Amino acid sequence: MEQLTISKIREGTVIDHINAGKAPLVLKILGIDKGSKETVSLAMNVPSKKMGKKDIVKVEGKFLGEEELNKIALIAPGATINIIKDYKIVKKFKVTPPEKLEGILRCPNRNCISNAEREPITPKFKIVKKSTLFAVCEYCGRRFSNFEDNLE
Amino acid sequence: MKHLISIEDLSKSDIERILNLAEYLIPVAEGKKRMEIMRGKILANLFFEPSTRTRMSFEVAMKRLGGEVVNLTSQEASSIAKGENLADTIRVISGYADVIVIRHSLEGAAKFAAENSSVPVINAGDGAGQHPTQTLLDLFTLRREAKLENVKIALVGDLKYSRTVHSLVKALKLYNAKIYYVCPDTLMLPEELVEEVGGERVALEDIISEVDAIYVTRIQKERFPDEEEYRKVAGSYVITSKILENAKEDLIIMHPLPRVDEITFDVDKTKHAVYYKQAFYGVPVRMAILCEVVEWSN
Ligand SMILES: [Zn+2]
Repeated sequence: MEQLTISKIREGTVIDHINAGKAPLVLKILGIDKGSKETVSLAMNVPSKKMGKKDIVKVEGKFLGEEELNKIALIAPGATINIIKDYKIVKKFKVTPPEKLEGILRCPNRNCISNAEREPITPKFKIVKKSTLFAVCEYCGRRFSNFEDNLE
Repeated sequence: MKHLISIEDLSKSDIERILNLAEYLIPVAEGKKRMEIMRGKILANLFFEPSTRTRMSFEVAMKRLGGEVVNLTSQEASSIAKGENLADTIRVISGYADVIVIRHSLEGAAKFAAENSSVPVINAGDGAGQHPTQTLLDLFTLRREAKLENVKIALVGDLKYSRTVHSLVKALKLYNAKIYYVCPDTLMLPEELVEEVGGERVALEDIISEVDAIYVTRIQKERFPDEEEYRKVAGSYVITSKILENAKEDLIIMHPLPRVDEITFDVDKTKHAVYYKQAFYGVPVRMAILCEVVEWSN
């Protein structure tokens, strides 16, 4: 069914099983905006047996680095990555959340040094999986799981 | 090189080593014995937020060990804070001194300072974050004046916002302590901390005859929407000599001073009151910490 929704790509990456509504965030993580040169197709609210509804992102000519995969794992922990070469899936795997993360998230504690404007500081987090996934700021110790609200 | 940023940086054996050294240094802290371990070393006190007591106890500790101290006054600090960033300040000052003590209003500032320093950094309190030297002196007081291993302790007052309580409970966990929480609903220890360290919420009357120590903190007026509400709550957490009638003979009462009115003056004269001693213990404990971090850096 999803094959009908958006066209196949020749070479690149298909990110499937993204939680419904999170595709724009995935694009943001991949640094894709109106200035990018990649061909991108995006499908939102696609019916899915497993998830009810899901989003899909296909990017022609792009293969993801570890950091990008880590970030996707935070906001779409069920996402699957398909690497496409010559219209075929050559590799398929699920994302896994990183143990440590630098940048991309902003600490929600306004009184945290990592939010101080004039300091040369990169926010750093430990990612902990208990019943849910949450981040712990390495500077102030604040724990939080609302990742999207705190994306850079 | 190592720093002292959080009590969690220390293992139980690190803590033991520091407390043992502090014990040994008591006569030096009292000025009865001279020692020159820090001779030729300079400590920079960077207090971006005022705390006279903590700053002075570091200064005394360094001087009693034969070292020297340079102070950044809070006025200078605030003018620095307006212009230069913390990273630059630390990079410059770590070129002047052998050890830096920092107190800052932002959480995580001490850790960030350590990342930018070429000398050891000691956290003397960052925002609502950590205050590990206070925790060490609290542990030292318990060990000397009551007991530390298996201690039964009641924490009284504002347990939600008190950073000294937050790091103390983490350290007490290492000593198999039995922790009781005595506080209003709105000022209970954060849930995640209770989850981590255990302990139960009780009324002081119910456990007063059992506990070895009571650790009192101040309930601050500004935590309450109106003054009436504050007075109702605060009044019920005041330690009086009447409450202490049922206490164990050797119960100790601790307070990370300054106090306002959470312990009545008639308690001061009882043998339970150890808060002035506790404040003095800040000196030998900080001496031991200085020795430790300077040792780490060598
Ligand atoms: Zn933080």
